[in-house]
Amino acid sequence: MSTNTAGTLLLAAKSLCLERGGRELFRDLSLEVHGGQLWQIEGPNGAGKTSLIRILCGLARYGYTGQVQRPVPQLYVGHHPAVKALLTPRENLAWHASGAGLYTDAQIESALARVGLYGYEDVPSHTLSAGQHRRVNLARLFLSSAPVWLLDEPFTAIDKSGIDELQSLLAAHVAAGGAVVMTSHHTLRVDFEVRFLHLAGSVT
Amino acid sequence: MSAPGIWQFCSRLLRRQLLLAVRRPIDIANPLLFFAMVVALFPLGLGPEPEKLAGFAPGVLWITALLSHLLTSDSVFRSDFDDGSLEQLLLAPQPLYLSALAYIGAHWLTTGLLLAVVSPLFALMLNLPVAALGVLVASLLLGTAVLSLLGAIGAALTVGLKRGGMLISLLILPLYMPVLIFGSAAVQAAVSGNPTGPYLAILGALLCLAIALAPLAAAAGLRISIDA
Amino acid sequence: MWSFFHKFGSPPWLYALSGVILRWLLPVTLLALLVGMVWGLLFTSPDFRQGNSYRIIYIHVPAAVVAMAGYYLMALAGAINLIWRMKMADVAMKAAAPVGAAFTFIALFTGAVWGKPTWGTWWVWDARITSMLILFFLYLGVLALYEAFENKEAAGKACAVLSLVGMVNIPIIYKSVDWWYSLHQSASIKFTGDSTIDSSMLYPLLLMIASFYALFTCCLLLNMRTELLQRESRTQWVRRLVSAAGNN
Repeated sequence: MSTNTAGTLLLAAKSLCLERGGRELFRDLSLEVHGGQLWQIEGPNGAGKTSLIRILCGLARYGYTGQVQRPVPQLYVGHHPAVKALLTPRENLAWHASGAGLYTDAQIESALARVGLYGYEDVPSHTLSAGQHRRVNLARLFLSSAPVWLLDEPFTAIDKSGIDELQSLLAAHVAAGGAVVMTSHHTLRVDFEVRFLHLAGSVT
Repeated sequence: MSAPGIWQFCSRLLRRQLLLAVRRPIDIANPLLFFAMVVALFPLGLGPEPEKLAGFAPGVLWITALLSHLLTSDSVFRSDFDDGSLEQLLLAPQPLYLSALAYIGAHWLTTGLLLAVVSPLFALMLNLPVAALGVLVASLLLGTAVLSLLGAIGAALTVGLKRGGMLISLLILPLYMPVLIFGSAAVQAAVSGNPTGPYLAILGALLCLAIALAPLAAAAGLRISIDA
Repeated sequence: MWSFFHKFGSPPWLYALSGVILRWLLPVTLLALLVGMVWGLLFTSPDFRQGNSYRIIYIHVPAAVVAMAGYYLMALAGAINLIWRMKMADVAMKAAAPVGAAFTFIALFTGAVWGKPTWGTWWVWDARITSMLILFFLYLGVLALYEAFENKEAAGKACAVLSLVGMVNIPIIYKSVDWWYSLHQSASIKFTGDSTIDSSMLYPLLLMIASFYALFTCCLLLNMRTELLQRESRTQWVRRLVSAAGNN
């Protein structure tokens, strides 16, 4: 994926306020994501990290105030692996509900090989473990051409080699001019600057 | 690597949903078995006299088809909601109206269409005159399509709720009633030898209205349910 | 002009306005109801066919009219919330639902009571009552859907979509039930098909319809006030109100 987007504004949020269960989670939160940046949203559980990602990708439509600009396509990887148990990994990726791309067989196979599922392309997904489901979902990252990646806890249920692979993938994406916004408790070990957005919990 | 065009995406969704249904045959068979068993309840409850059964047959067949359809109406979006595919669908650049229509189309092909095709068998068991069989199938084809579209509205509004269950029935049964009225009237007209064209035409009109408006409501319902 | 509409978005302003309206509307409504009921139930002459039992028309018809209008109001308020995100419209919709359902129930109950002396049965599947019953189910559906959501904002939006769907369907349902009824009506018994109404009966009926509309508005405003207080219970203006009421 080559996008000449390094430095351009890929995602902007202005004055976001979110209230949940009577508590105000964040107020007047603004964020500008440019090409070549990796943002990590951190904070205690229940601070609204997932909610913020969902606002940024457009799933949350009510319950918050503020504006979000999305000038380029996004890729969202959420908590659920979005893998249909009755389809094979190949079919899951080819017919993915996100409508993001038309992938050739070769592309799908190479993506599945990169996440360590070589040889598993055509088995029914209900025979795979939950961790393997997550890897099928992460294979979308290898196939996508979206400049902005919004990832919610991408390192969950991934083993050590998977973590290294994912970190280098994120680094490559950022180096090519894309942007990543992710929530994670994991400390990234990459050789470029990671920008942090800390959500405090409740704003009093 | 470009994004798929709208029709390409919808046909992929349709194919995906059909394949998912076909790989779990018991889900397709369930409403048909339900239909069969409930049709059997009526002679048990009303008595086996052929004339009485024939008199009630149009209504009984239609009510039973409606109830079988009601049972499956929740499943249009449920499994995609549970594994997170629905979220991805809402983020797709293709219009949600057409995607919802693809889901509903697949649902009808695996429930309503089969109910309509199987219905003559049970109609004969209830002594429906043979002349009315064609109209029965036609009315069920049109009517169950409307039922699928209306049911999808209820399914979209309740897919995010933990205790869906009876709620979807309460929501969509009032909407089902006009379809029942005209569907059974069509079969009744065929039995008594009156022209059936007007009733089928009204069912067709209801279908057109439902195709135009129901996916809008379903799309709105999906966005609300995912956000909740 | 938009600032006028903007004020409708402010809970304390709406609360104050509804208080002012209720202060004169409530006595006027009760008076009108009293006058209408006394006029209709006591002072009009009995119908030559149905005797005195027809008098329930003075409650049944207004209740039915307001029940229908209430559903449309609920759907409209929901639409305003959905399109323009006005929370006060959401309050109005939520307040209208139980009130409308209650009026529908009154219409059904009085319709059934009317049936007993007139036709000998407690329930009659004629077009009007059947349509009222389906309207009752539509109301119950909205109420049930609201309760089922935990996130009340999403609940309001979902009920708005549902009431809009119901609103589109109501003419279809009414027409198809009407037609169904005419199909199955045997020639010897005619449940509906009243004679044209005499003017001596018309005026009290119109008064009752108007006063039922006023009654609906009163109930709606009272319910809205309660809903406003509940939703804004943590804000300053509510706390001031409550402490002022406590000090009296």
